Formats: sequence, C-alpha cells, structure tokens
Amino acid sequence: MDSTVATTGTEDQVWGGGNQPLKASYGKLMMWFFILSDALTFSGFLAAYGFSRFKFIEEWPIADEVFNHFPFLHGTDAPMFYVALMTFILIGSSVTMVLAVDAGHHMNKKKVSFYLLLTVIGGLIFVGSQAWEWANFISGEYGAVKTKGGKILQFTDAEGERVALDEFVVVGERSVEALSNSEGVWYQSDEPYNATYTIDEVRKGFQANPDLRIRTQQLIVNEETGASEKLVLSREESLFKLNNQAVGVVEGANLTENEYGAPLFADFFFFITGFHGFHVFSGVIFNLIIFFNVLLGTYEKRKSYEMVEKVGLYWHFVDLVWVFVFTFFYLV
Amino acid sequence: MADHAAHDGHKLEIFRGLVKFKSNTQKIWGVLIFLSIVTIVEVALGYIKPDILNNSILGLKYLNWIFIILTLVKAYYITWDFMHMRDEVKGLRRAVVWTGVFLIIYLIAILLVEGDYIYEVYKNAAVSFDF
Repeated sequence: MDSTVATTGTEDQVWGGGNQPLKASYGKLMMWFFILSDALTFSGFLAAYGFSRFKFIEEWPIADEVFNHFPFLHGTDAPMFYVALMTFILIGSSVTMVLAVDAGHHMNKKKVSFYLLLTVIGGLIFVGSQAWEWANFISGEYGAVKTKGGKILQFTDAEGERVALDEFVVVGERSVEALSNSEGVWYQSDEPYNATYTIDEVRKGFQANPDLRIRTQQLIVNEETGASEKLVLSREESLFKLNNQAVGVVEGANLTENEYGAPLFADFFFFITGFHGFHVFSGVIFNLIIFFNVLLGTYEKRKSYEMVEKVGLYWHFVDLVWVFVFTFFYLV
Repeated sequence: MADHAAHDGHKLEIFRGLVKFKSNTQKIWGVLIFLSIVTIVEVALGYIKPDILNNSILGLKYLNWIFIILTLVKAYYITWDFMHMRDEVKGLRRAVVWTGVFLIIYLIAILLVEGDYIYEVYKNAAVSFDF
C-alpha cells in the first residue's frame, strides 16, 4: 500500500492519505453504494406500482385470488403458500451465504465452497419457482371477458364462486378457410386465430346457464367483515353488460391484457418480479464464479476471502428486495 | 488487504442486548429463526385476515400496516446481521441507510399522493371510464 502513495511530508496528518474513516475496503464500499443505487431503482418500481394501485384503488385485483397455486395441489385454493415457500428458500440461501462468509473469515476453504454451492442451488430453485409462478400467471385459470372500456368481467355462479370459461362455453365450429396463393398475406390480425372461445360463444353459454353471474373489477367493502371483495352483478345486469359492453375474450395474461383485472397489474408483475428474477439469476452467476475461484484456491493464495463477502452483500440484497416484493405484491 | 482482526469483532447481540449469542454462526441461525417466525406470522395473517384488522388508519388497513412494519423489521435484520451492517462504523451505516431511507420516503410520498389525486380525477370526471 505505502509504495503507491507519493511522499508529501503529510503522512502522519489527516490529509496525508492512507486513512480509512469508514474502515472498509474500496470494493466493499463500492458494493454498498451499488446496492444503495439498486435499492433506489427497485423503490422506483415499487413506488410506481403503488402509484398505479392508488390510481385504481377501487378496482385493483386481489392478490390472493391470483396467486393461489401450489405444485401438486391442482385446483386447491392455496393463496400465497407458494410465494411463502419461495421466501423461505431465498432466506435459506441467504443464511448459507452468510455462513460461507463466516467460514471465509476463518479461512476454511472446504466450508466456504460447501456453503457457496448450497447458496447457488437455493438460488436456482428460486429462479425455477419463479418460472413456474410466471407460467401459471400467463396461462391463467378461469378466463374472462373484456369490455369496450378495457375493464375485465369475470364469471361466478349464484353463490359467488368463480366459474371458468370452459365450464359453460361450448366451442362451436371454426371455419378454416384456405387462402390461395394470390390471396396470401404475410400477417392477419383481424381475429386471433388461436383464441379458444369467441365472445358470441361466451354469450350463448352464459344465456344457457341461469346460475351464472358477472363479477366486475369494482372492489366493495363487505358490510359484515369489513373485507374488500369484488362486486357481483345481478343476473339482469350481468346479461346487459355481457350483451352490450363485452367485446372480447381474455385468457391468461400478457403485456396488453390479463384476465385478473387492470392491464397494469400484469405489466408490473412481469416487470418487477422479472427484474428481481434477473438479479437472482445474475447473483447465481456471480456466486458460481466465486465458487470456482474458491475451488481453484484463488482466495487461499490471496489470504483473504473478501470476494465472498462482496458477492454475499449482493446476494443478501436480492433477498432484501424479495422481502419487499413479497409484501407489496402478495400481502398488501 | 483486509485485516482479519476487524472481522472477529462481530457484535453478537440482537434486540438491544436482549438476546446474546456465543458465536457469529450461532447468531446467523438465531436471526434465521426470527425471520422465519416473522414470515410465518405474515402468511398466517394474510391467510386468516382477521376481521378486526380490516379497519383502517391513515388510509391503510391495520392488516397492511402490520405487513409493512413486519417487512421493515425483516429488512433491518437482513441488513444488520446478514449484511453485517451492525459491525460497520457509524459513518458507513448512515451514508448508506439514511440516503436510501430519505430518498425512498420522498419518492413514495410524492407518487402515492399523485396516484390518489388521479384516482379522484377519474372518479369525479364528467365522462365514464366504465363502458
């Protein structure tokens, strides 16, 4: 260190250089300030989510009804259990990371590599879980209908239980017309060629089942419990809405529409969990690089496992962000 | 290079000294247990959704206040014990935490007020957005 500092005659004074007022190495400090700026990026996303939610405060989807899948429990209503499991996986991999850092302080190469490997595995399980979560979200479960104004109408029975489109809609004939060479066009956009149902088929099915009702996006307060729930229309209102205002069928979710409610809901879901998932993925890559360096003995030779500590900081940050995403996307 | 002596000086107390640990490893497991309990409480509350917590204060339900506070508690222990902020000097701690907390509170306050304003505009508008 001393050899890189020019001698100025002020070495023993405060401004002579060589002070470390924050008692942390350059790398660690920079990691902290990167984390700070990344935290502000995530805050920007989550605050924007809050902005949109406040803007549509009376019609935002209820997260419990959207994220209620659990592997191997198909059809059971298991709100949040899966994301809770994902939270435990991530906190668990955070613990193995901090154990790796601790082993690094004791220069225990075997333990560092073992815990780092566990951390990588935990991270991979988490990313995989997120993929499963996305797949469920994208494919959807019940299907819905959208109105001219872009609002989503869902279907329930007389008791208010959700009904999926495939339970009452009969798929009619699809006339497939072969175009000859002279009529062939590169792209046709007037009718979605792969839609399962047309709006007319939904109307027909709805008319044939007098039990069915329409559930709007509108949130109302239950007088007895004080809980928020979605407004279910009477049969007459339902028929009026479906016959006069509905324009198309929505199945699952994409960036322009989704069967859960406001389009922004899916947009934020993809964006925020996607950005977080990308962080987890890059964290896994960093951890792997460090893991191989540990195996090669790089830090043994360096006599310091500080690199483990630095990627550890990043990894814990990813866990920290998930804690907030979990709360604001799934709980609140 | 990093001096190892500094790292051995982990502060091994949490809850302001209420719980003391013998080693850093033991503290890690202790914090894991605490974070797990908090998460279980969150999930249980989110599943049961007790009716009494449906009343709201300052525009937010009690239940949501509890979720947000528990989240901040978790964030504190992740930062302080997993990221070892507890062992850093005051200057580093404040440079990172105060900057973040100040800017985030500012951002949230501004965006939520604006979101609420736009909600009012839609609600009181002369045209209907539901057609």
